[in-house]
Amino acid sequence: MNTSALILMLSAIVGITAVTGYFFIKVLRTKPKDEPDSYTDNDGQPR
Amino acid sequence: MNQTNQAWGSRIGLILAMAGNAVGFGNFLRFPVQAIQNGGGAFIIPYLVSFLILGLPLLFIEWSIGRYGGSRGFHSTPLMMQSMDRRRMWKYVGVFGLFCNIGIASYYCYLESWTLAYIFHSATGTFNGMNQHQVVQLFSDYVSIGKTTLIPFEPIVFFLICLGINVYILSKGLSGGVEKVAKIGMPLLILFGIILAIRAVTLKSGVDGAVYDSSVGLNFLWTPHFDSIYNPKVWFAAASQIFFTLSLGMGSIHAYSSYLKRKDDIALNAMSAGWMNEFVEVVLGGAIIIPIAVGYLGIDRVKELAAMGGLGLGFKTIPYLFSQWGHVIGAVAGVMWFGLLFFAGITSSLAMGTPVQGFLEDEFKWSRRKTALAFGGIILILGLPTILFFNQGVFDEYDYWTGSFALFVFAAFEAVLFAWFFGIKKGWEEINTGADIRVSRIFRFLIMWVTPVLLIIVFLGAVFTPVGNDWAAAFHGLFQGQGWIFDHGSVVGKLMNSGLKEQLASATDPGLIADIKYRILLTNLSRLLLVALFVGISLIVRKAYYKHKREGTI
Repeated sequence: MNTSALILMLSAIVGITAVTGYFFIKVLRTKPKDEPDSYTDNDGQPR
Repeated sequence: MNQTNQAWGSRIGLILAMAGNAVGFGNFLRFPVQAIQNGGGAFIIPYLVSFLILGLPLLFIEWSIGRYGGSRGFHSTPLMMQSMDRRRMWKYVGVFGLFCNIGIASYYCYLESWTLAYIFHSATGTFNGMNQHQVVQLFSDYVSIGKTTLIPFEPIVFFLICLGINVYILSKGLSGGVEKVAKIGMPLLILFGIILAIRAVTLKSGVDGAVYDSSVGLNFLWTPHFDSIYNPKVWFAAASQIFFTLSLGMGSIHAYSSYLKRKDDIALNAMSAGWMNEFVEVVLGGAIIIPIAVGYLGIDRVKELAAMGGLGLGFKTIPYLFSQWGHVIGAVAGVMWFGLLFFAGITSSLAMGTPVQGFLEDEFKWSRRKTALAFGGIILILGLPTILFFNQGVFDEYDYWTGSFALFVFAAFEAVLFAWFFGIKKGWEEINTGADIRVSRIFRFLIMWVTPVLLIIVFLGAVFTPVGNDWAAAFHGLFQGQGWIFDHGSVVGKLMNSGLKEQLASATDPGLIADIKYRILLTNLSRLLLVALFVGISLIVRKAYYKHKREGTI
């Protein structure tokens, strides 16, 4: 591959993957809100 | 207030469902084609800029309108939007949020059924030993009802199976149906995508019949032509791609978020689902179809095929290329590719059913099962013309008016409603209520000024697109007194059937003339059907509005 194509491709892939991962991990790590919240799976679980 | 027993099971489920709503065929078939036609690697610049100034603000707007409406007991856009401002027109603007979903689902379920059929054909080895022409012919036979492939009336059979699956899942409710499918479908889609992407980028010339290394295809896709950035056409293409890929202006995001309580986050959810879609589109979508197609067919042939759109590449070309990998690997790759497209499709079509179900449940107190059956019945009636008259352009007509035009109209109106009528102060508070991230104030400015103005410009651009999409030449011609010549693909050109009329004028064969006249007739009839659909929904919405007025619930 030529250099400019390679740089652009890798920057886009790394950048987008990193931001996607960052927000997804943030969702996973954020503490759920107090009940009653919008989600039923965690009803009755201790906070 | 309308009470619903529907709820999301988990936050991850909601995000996967929202991402699944956004991820569709376009991520794998439309994006790479748009990129190679609009500056190669340089396309990513207007694309990401459009994502930041158009995509993300609209995601915030739609999630906010949805949660706001849901807290007032509305789970579809007509009365959701009416509850945000006292002017009576908003409920009719909100009708687009039902109209688009019904209109798009009517042809999208057919498209989705192709993937089911092609999974079947890949698994049973139909493509083995076929040459490229035969694979193309199989597709042509498939969409021509009279011609038999393997199963009599195959497209109708697979359409009915596909619609049945959708109705069954929708009848199971939000957490029991839609969310479960998203939790299974999205990880599988990403897994299949990663496997196929690895196979595509490791393609070697001389191995399995490949003519070129994958690097040739990747070079073709990613080599930046920076001069393209100065071309308005490229920016228009990027903005349109962002619009379609995020499923904006449809009313499905509103419906999904209407089941959230006011204290729960929407800002981080919107960011996470939006970026997940970008990952699937740029990282996976950009790594599969082009490297494989170029590896076997070369750049010139892929350019020709891309000019006919991504669907041609996905259904007419890829099965033949996979068959070069041997019977077993070819079948596995085919099942993965069409399985990936099926999951992309079904997670989107389920999102199209949810607002319709929400409306029927809110206004008629129907059960989830009954609303799912009603949605299936409507899609069956409206979808059959797209199957029976596919070759006469009815499918494309639905796609243009409900899958393009109506989306821009609705998005422009909702952006104006949110920023200028509901008010940016209340709107901003709505976005930030319960937010698990700090949303930059830049978005407040973007939502207030940039997004609505940009949408109005993009909409006007679609209405008045000049011939060849060459704006500079069009303005030059206008000032020279030569008038404005509309492109056949512009809204004006479409309304006037200018493309078909031009074909008619140049046709000499009586058979061809009769065929074009038949196409024009069907085109006009399908438009009438869509107008009737819009008017019909508007009348029901009007009735529902006055009922709420009498009851004092709006």
